[in-house]
Amino acid sequence: MARKKIREYDSKRLLKEHFKRLSGKELPIKSAQVTQSTDFNELAKKESWLLSTKLVVKPDMLFGKRGKSGLVALNLDLSQVSTFVNERLGKEVEMGGCRGPITTFIVEPFIPHNEEFYLNIVSERLGNSISFSECGGIEIEENWDKVKTVFIPTGVSLTSELCAPLVATLPLEIKVEIEEFIKTVFTLFQDLDFTFLEMNPFTLVNGKPYPLDMRGELDDTAAFKNFKKWGNIEFPMPFGRVMSPTESFIHGLDEKTSASLKFTVLNPKGRIWTMVAGGGASVIYADTVGDLGYASELGNYAEYSGAPKEEEVLQYARVVIDCATANPDGRKRALVVGGGIANFTDVAATFNGIIRAMKEKESKLKAARMHIYVRRGGPNYQTGLAKMRALGDQIGIPIEVYGPEETMTGICKQAIQCITAAA
Amino acid sequence: MATGQLFSRTTQALFYNYKQLPIQRMLDFDFLCGRETPSVAGIINPGGDGFQKLFFGQEEIAIPVHSTIEAACAAHPTADVFINFASFRSAAASSMSALKQPTIRVAAIIAEGVPESDAKQLIAFARANNKVVIGPATVGGIQAGAFKIGDTAGTIDNIIHCKLYRPGSVGFVSKSGGMSNELYNSIARVTDGIYEGIAIGGDVFPGSTLSDHVLRFNNIPQVKMMVVLGELGGRDEYSLVEALKQGKVNKPVVAWVSGTCARLFKSEVQFGHAGAKSGGEMESAQAKNEALREAGAIVPTSYEALEAAIKETFEKLVEEGKTTPVKEIVPPQIPEDLNTAIKSGKVRAPTHIISTISDDRGEEPCYAGVPMSSIVESGYGVGDVISLLWFKRSLPRYCTHFIEICIMLCADHGPCVSGAHNTIVTARAGKDLVSSLVSGLLTIGPRFGGAIDDAARYFKDAYDRGLTPYEFVEGMKKKGIRVPGIGHRIKRGDNKDKRVELLQRFARTHFPSVKYMEYAVQVETYTLSKANNLVMNVDGAIGSLFLDLLAGSGMFTKQEIDEIVEIGYLNGLFVLARSIGLIGHTFDQKRLKQPLYRHPWEDVLYTK
Repeated sequence: MARKKIREYDSKRLLKEHFKRLSGKELPIKSAQVTQSTDFNELAKKESWLLSTKLVVKPDMLFGKRGKSGLVALNLDLSQVSTFVNERLGKEVEMGGCRGPITTFIVEPFIPHNEEFYLNIVSERLGNSISFSECGGIEIEENWDKVKTVFIPTGVSLTSELCAPLVATLPLEIKVEIEEFIKTVFTLFQDLDFTFLEMNPFTLVNGKPYPLDMRGELDDTAAFKNFKKWGNIEFPMPFGRVMSPTESFIHGLDEKTSASLKFTVLNPKGRIWTMVAGGGASVIYADTVGDLGYASELGNYAEYSGAPKEEEVLQYARVVIDCATANPDGRKRALVVGGGIANFTDVAATFNGIIRAMKEKESKLKAARMHIYVRRGGPNYQTGLAKMRALGDQIGIPIEVYGPEETMTGICKQAIQCITAAA
Repeated sequence: MATGQLFSRTTQALFYNYKQLPIQRMLDFDFLCGRETPSVAGIINPGGDGFQKLFFGQEEIAIPVHSTIEAACAAHPTADVFINFASFRSAAASSMSALKQPTIRVAAIIAEGVPESDAKQLIAFARANNKVVIGPATVGGIQAGAFKIGDTAGTIDNIIHCKLYRPGSVGFVSKSGGMSNELYNSIARVTDGIYEGIAIGGDVFPGSTLSDHVLRFNNIPQVKMMVVLGELGGRDEYSLVEALKQGKVNKPVVAWVSGTCARLFKSEVQFGHAGAKSGGEMESAQAKNEALREAGAIVPTSYEALEAAIKETFEKLVEEGKTTPVKEIVPPQIPEDLNTAIKSGKVRAPTHIISTISDDRGEEPCYAGVPMSSIVESGYGVGDVISLLWFKRSLPRYCTHFIEICIMLCADHGPCVSGAHNTIVTARAGKDLVSSLVSGLLTIGPRFGGAIDDAARYFKDAYDRGLTPYEFVEGMKKKGIRVPGIGHRIKRGDNKDKRVELLQRFARTHFPSVKYMEYAVQVETYTLSKANNLVMNVDGAIGSLFLDLLAGSGMFTKQEIDEIVEIGYLNGLFVLARSIGLIGHTFDQKRLKQPLYRHPWEDVLYTK
C-alpha cells in the first residue's frame, strides 16, 4: 500500500464520474486542465462553458494555501485566464519550504457563493473518519472547534444514525441533500480506494453540492482493481521534487522491474555517498551519517532491494558512481556500499553488478579520490565479499570490506573518518 | 491481541502457494532445533493435489498438497498458522478465507503491495475473531528453537551464527524484514539471543502492530527484555508510547525509530517501505524517538548506539539476576543440498546426459550456438535449421536449399504407399495424431523409403575404390544385392522420374562438383542397358547428390563424411519429410470422418 496524491482535476473527475454511477445523480462539476501543451482554442471547443462563463484559475500542484498565496484568480474570461497562466507557467514558486515550477493549472466556472462547507474523509487503521463543518473555507483552522467527526469502523456502512452528528445542526431544507451527498461520497471513497479526500470548501449551487476545492489521495497498490474506474490517472511527484536526469533514469528503471531501485541526490557536492541494499537499512545508513553530525556531507539516498538482476544493479551502480564522482575537489570521498544481512537475496549476484560498474568507472573513482566501504551479509555473502576485496587489489582503489561480524553502520563512522582525516 | 505465545516447538503451518525454497528453509530450521515434526503440515496449491517431496534432515518426506484452504484445514486440524505466499493480487482474499477457518489462529502475509482497504478488512476480521495477522509485506517472524515463518533469518549459517536454534530471552519486533535479520545478529552478539522476533511489515496499516507484539512479549515469562525497531511515518509507535505510559509494559524496552534523515529532504519523501513516508512532525523519527524516551523506553542517540544500549540493558538484567544463563547446545549438522554444494565448489557430480546441438539455458535458445533471434532475423529456412541441428554448422545457402528441395520432394507420395496406408488405417481406427503418425513412420525401413543411406554407401564405396560401373553392378550381382537407388516400379528409361530430373538440374546449376552424381548416372546407363525399369530412383538421386554436397561444400572432413553416411543421416531426411505427409493423411481422414478400415474378404486369398 502506498498513498499517492492526485491532482485536484483528477479528484473532481473521479467524483463527477462515479457519483453518477453510484447514486444515479449528476453533480454539476465542470473543470479543465491546463498545462504547457494546452491549446486554449482546442480546449474551448471541447469545453464550451469556458467561453460562456466567468472563470476561476489556480495551480493544480498538490500544494494548498493557494488563496492565501495569491495564486488564485477569480471572475476572469478565458483570455484573461490564458494571460494569468502564461505569466506563471513554468515559473518557480516557494510553498512550505519547497521550491518548484508550476506546470499544471485547473480552470473552473467562477461560482459566487455564500455557504462554505468542509468535508474530509481519512482512512485509518480500524476504519474511516468523516469530518464535516458548516464553516469551511480558508478559515477552517480558525474554526476547527466547529468541525464534527464521526468514525466508521471497517465493514460498517454509513447509516443516517452514524451520519447524524455531522449534519444535526443543518437547516432542514439542505440537511437531506448534504447527508445524501456525504453518504455517496463515502461510498465512492471506499469504492475507488481513496485513502484521503477533502473538499474545502464545497458549496451549494441550485441546492446541489458543488466542490470548489478538492484534494485526494489514492492507494496505488489498488491500481489492479481500479484500472477502469480510475481511467487515465496521474500520480505526480510531491511539489518541489524535481528529478534530475539521473534520478529520473533510476526512477524509470525502478518502474520497469519487480525489484526496488531508489535514488535521490541530496547534495551534489557531498563527499559521503551511499548505495545500500534494503528498504529498512538504506534509511538507517542515511540516518547514521546525519546522526553522527555529517548530514551536510551526505550526497544521496539510495536503496536497492527485492533481488534486482545483475544487469539492473550494473545500470544502477553506474548512475550512483557517476553522481558520486561528478564534482572532484581534490579532497577524499567515501562511497558506502552497505546493507544488512539479507534473508534471501544472493549477495554475490548483486555485487557482481556493482563490481562491473566500479571497474568501468575506475578512473573516475580515482580522480574523485574515492574510498569504498562495503558491509553486507546474507546468502552467498562470503563469495560476494571476496570478490569485492579482490576488486580493490585489481583496480587499485582503497576498499574496506566487512561481513556480518561487524555492525551494520560501522562503515559510516569509517567513511566520516576518511573524509575528515588530513589530506 | 495481547495474550502471549503464538508458536511452540509443535506448531504446524499450512503453506499457501508452493515455494520450494522457503519451505525447505523452514524444515531445515526444524531439524536444526531438534523438532520431531516438520513445521509445515500441508501445502495449498490452488488447482493441484498430491504431494511435494522435501527434506527433513537427511530424509525425504512427502508433504500433502491440497487444492483448497478448506480441504487443507480439514486434513490438518492441528495446523493453526497460515503462511501466505500468494501475490499481492490474491493475498487478501486467500488470507481472509484462511482466517475464517476455525482451526487457523495466525496468518502471515508475505506479499508486498496488498491494497490498504483489503488489509483493513483483514485487520477488522482478526480483531473481531481473536486472530493474529502478521504482515503484509513482511518476511514473517521466528520463535528461536521452535518455529520459523518462510524465509525469516535467511541462511542456515546465519541461523546458527545468530543462535536462533535455541531460545534466548529477548523479544524483538520491527517493521523491516531485512533489518530484523540484522538485529537478530546484533542481539545475539550482545545478549543470549532472541526468544522471538517478528517483522510486522512496512505497510501503512500492518495486520499487527509494534505495540501488539510488545504487549504479547510482556506476557511471555521467558522474554526478559524487548527491542523495538520502528520507522518514520504513521503513528503506530504512539500506541507503544501509550502502553508504556499506562504501565502496561513492565520489562525493559530498548527502542529506535529510523528515518531521522527525512529532514535532509526538501520535499515530501517516500522511502523504500510504503509506510515510510515523511508526514507531519508527529510522524517523524525524531518525534517518535523523543516520545518513546519520555515514556520510559531506552532510546539511544543513533542506530549506531543501539547495540550498546541493548548490551547495557541485558547486562543489567544479568546483574540483577533476572535472567538465567541459556544452556548452550550444539545444533546438528544440516546435510548440504547437492546444488548448493556444487555451486560452492565443494563437490562435483557427473552429468548423465551430454548435448552439443542446442542450448536452452540463456536468454533465448541457441541451435549449434546460433541464437534464435539471428535464425529468424537472418531469414534462415528449415534447411538451415537442419544443417545447424544435424550437422552442427551453417551450410551455404545452396546446400540448405537442396535439403529443403529433398524435404519437399519426399513429403508425400500418395495414399497407397505402405507408410501412408498404415497411417490412414490407424487414423481411421480412431487413434490420435501421434499414434497415426508413428504407425506410418514405423513402416520406413529397408524396403520402404530407407534406401537413401544404402545408395549413398554403395555409390561412395564404389566410386572411392575406382570401380567402373560394370565392375560395381556385376560385383553387387555376384553378392546377390540389388543396387540401392536403382529401379522403379513404374518409371522406365524413356520416362524417367521427374523428381530425379529436378534434383539433378538443381545440382548441376548450383553444386561446385557433381562427381558422385555423374557416377550414379553412369551406373544407371549401364543398368538401363540390362533392363528398361532399372532407372535411377529418388533415393539414388538424393543419396548420390548428398555425397556431392558433403564433399563439394568443403565443410566436412573425410572422416565426418564417412561418419554421416555410416550413422544414417540421410534416412533422417526421408523420415522428416514424410512426417509432413503422414500428418496430412491423418488430418485428412479425421476431417473426412472416415470409419474403421476393414480389409475386404474378397481381397484375401484364404488358403491352406
